[in-house]
Amino acid sequence: MEEIITKISQRYDHDPVNLLQILRIIQAEYHHIPDAAIEQLAKLLSIPRTHILAVAEFYSFLHLAPRGRYELLVSDSITDRMLGKQDVMAYLAQQLKVPIGGTRDDGAVSLDNTSCTGLCDQGPAGLINGLPLTRLNKSRIDVIVDLINQDKPLAEWPRELFAVADNIRKPGLLLNNGIPLGEALKSAFVRGLPETLEEINRSGLRGRGGAGYATGWKWHLCYEGPEEEAYCDIETQRQLQRYVICNADEGEPGTFKDRVLLNSYAHQVFEGMTVCAAITGATQGFLYLRGEYLFLYDKLQTILAGRRQAGLLGSHILGQDFNFDIEIHLGAGAYICGEESALIESLEGKPGIPRNRPPYPVTRGYLGKPTVVNNVETFFAATAIAVNGGEWFAKIGTEKSKGTKILSISGDCARPGIYEYPFGTAIQTILDDCGASDVLGVQVGGPSGAFISDQEFGRKLAFEDMATGGSFMIFNNSRNILDIVRNFSHFFAHESCGFCTPCRVGTSLLKNQLDKIIEGHGSAGDVAALEEICQLVKKYSHCGLGQTAANPVLSTLERYPEIYQSKLKKISYEPGFDLDGALESARRMAKRSDKAAHLAQIDEHHD
Amino acid sequence: MTKSFTLDGRIIPFEDGETIIEAAAAAGVYIPHLCHHPDYTPHGSCKLCSVKVNGRICSACTFPAEEDQEIVSESGEINADRKRITQMLFVEGNHLCPGCEKSGNCQLQAVAYHLNMVDNHFPHFFAKRELDASHPDVLIDHNRCIFCELCVRASREKDGKNVFDIGGRGINKRLIVNAPTGLLKDSDLEVTDEAAHICPTGAILIKRTGYLIPIGQRQFDQQPIDKVSLTTGQGGHEQ
Repeated sequence: MEEIITKISQRYDHDPVNLLQILRIIQAEYHHIPDAAIEQLAKLLSIPRTHILAVAEFYSFLHLAPRGRYELLVSDSITDRMLGKQDVMAYLAQQLKVPIGGTRDDGAVSLDNTSCTGLCDQGPAGLINGLPLTRLNKSRIDVIVDLINQDKPLAEWPRELFAVADNIRKPGLLLNNGIPLGEALKSAFVRGLPETLEEINRSGLRGRGGAGYATGWKWHLCYEGPEEEAYCDIETQRQLQRYVICNADEGEPGTFKDRVLLNSYAHQVFEGMTVCAAITGATQGFLYLRGEYLFLYDKLQTILAGRRQAGLLGSHILGQDFNFDIEIHLGAGAYICGEESALIESLEGKPGIPRNRPPYPVTRGYLGKPTVVNNVETFFAATAIAVNGGEWFAKIGTEKSKGTKILSISGDCARPGIYEYPFGTAIQTILDDCGASDVLGVQVGGPSGAFISDQEFGRKLAFEDMATGGSFMIFNNSRNILDIVRNFSHFFAHESCGFCTPCRVGTSLLKNQLDKIIEGHGSAGDVAALEEICQLVKKYSHCGLGQTAANPVLSTLERYPEIYQSKLKKISYEPGFDLDGALESARRMAKRSDKAAHLAQIDEHHD
Repeated sequence: MTKSFTLDGRIIPFEDGETIIEAAAAAGVYIPHLCHHPDYTPHGSCKLCSVKVNGRICSACTFPAEEDQEIVSESGEINADRKRITQMLFVEGNHLCPGCEKSGNCQLQAVAYHLNMVDNHFPHFFAKRELDASHPDVLIDHNRCIFCELCVRASREKDGKNVFDIGGRGINKRLIVNAPTGLLKDSDLEVTDEAAHICPTGAILIKRTGYLIPIGQRQFDQQPIDKVSLTTGQGGHEQ
């Protein structure tokens, strides 16, 4: 093992910024991070072992205790559940003879839940050693179980098991007009870089990750850099190190458009990054690819190699005095890394904990240098704008939301998949297009967005009305709102990084309080108590995760208060503490399970 | 001309580069806090120092002071919420003040008194946490850790060691010790290290010193935390 670890570390120059990449490889090799590897890495990278432990314990795809040679994860996202995830999981556990969350005694296989895998249009979905398994059902599981029991290497499994479809259902302005290789860079150099930035500004393009910050302005700020360096001469200014990062940590449950863009339009995404680098003066770029999209990694590397060959990456791009290259870094199962400063921390080989702001990444980002972080779709759109001009884009959409938005549509509809719409499109139009009927409501923007009821389908897709990073989950009238809210609230508690008190403690309090109500243990005052927790988490949390974690409860509580109230008992108080449960260890010691050894917490008939 | 901002109607002067809490402390105004310590890199995690800056909630310990800021700190709303955040810390760990030797010298307890906290409000987590009594002079009671990372920062920034870090994620966070065994006795920690004395709660204690000063005569028994904080320049000092 010592030799292998040394080789892996060497491949990454023994540089601690690559720690997460190194640990990913060790996990794939040994199916956990062995103690000996931690000790050895600490020496090779000259970092404290606690730093390695902190990283290993932070990311869901890294483990200190051995997992199976086949690490099997199933997405626990609400849309996968609606497609029968629970049955799939139970069947897997039964056929593989492994408990959920455990590893089989022979060490062959482990089975666990994971957050949304970005395959909501073809679920129930899972991952095996990081590779996607789609449309899981009993017959496919039978095949998988056989392959595992035969100990067959994944490379020899039928390719069909790993097939991921794009499902582009409604292409629009951008998806219909893909930009030929190198076109945007050529246009930008012909037009001039400041003029191209002006076109980006004119287009009104705003960040597609959901927050909607003006893209041109972000690029401009990065070019300017920190205030204290603003007054140096143009030549020195050009020498300053800057970075361009593409955020492909598409973790918001229900969104998968970046998966499709990177699968079928990767050139155009990389070209957008390169245009941004030319404008801002960056020489190094990163694609931060979520761990769930490992299956795209080799393909993307090939595309990058092709771009280098074509003179579109590397030194003297298109014969200009412009050098730029792109590296791909993989995530390892942490939703929080979609937050730009957490993403930067993760790129630096640390736990993904959001930074204090200011300073913002545009002035102090990766390794403290000015950094642009944009969403995959933002770079994708920027490429088209660099070719077609700002006006071409700005003439579509609304006053404050220009152009089109790519949606990932999942849930109760006939045709889940990718849809591109001009901003300003009504929700009802979208529902009609994808074949949704008998609709109860739509979760727009994922769990961190909002739940809207059937009374609001006249609302419009736009930053000023229904903003979304792309997630669009449809629920019909057979669905239970509390099941949905519960799934989302558990998700946030699981994904909270734990840095600040209101989110670390608050999201777990929220989860427990909601469970108490849903399980029928709530009494008068418990809904108010739930709302109080929500407000604290929303108001005082450090970053967007905490600030939006209460949205599922708050947006449904506002629309359907009676659903929550109807779950309450008619007694005035029910303790959150389970007295009978606390006696379990005493019963075990006394080897008793008879009725008299149990305690009725409060007489149910007492009201 | 000195720059200034307004804090609860008072004009507070500040120097460029100062945070809100630094400028406030220099002007003799206490803003409740636990993870903040003037000698260390600002952290911004406990959120007790949350203030409203021009209507927006910010952490006073990390947010830079700027001219024309209208800041609200001592409002009924903010103090009520600070109390709730403190209660979150109490129910997350296992804080049993009457049996804790840090009682009276504990900043968590003192802040709770300052905010008129009389109960824990939220249901307890009853987290299972360990005790590390392996070191000859220093004890860790993980039940009382609030993840302020002061020991992490002190060991790194002042002692030039890296004895502590934070592992885990979310509600499963834990204080970890840099030793092959994970035990304090096998780490580089010495009783003279700043990191051994910086804990604002009773999570890191110096052995055999707990009752040298009787309860009733301890730091916060004599003066409330807002007074102590302003005279010592920090939350309180080790006794």
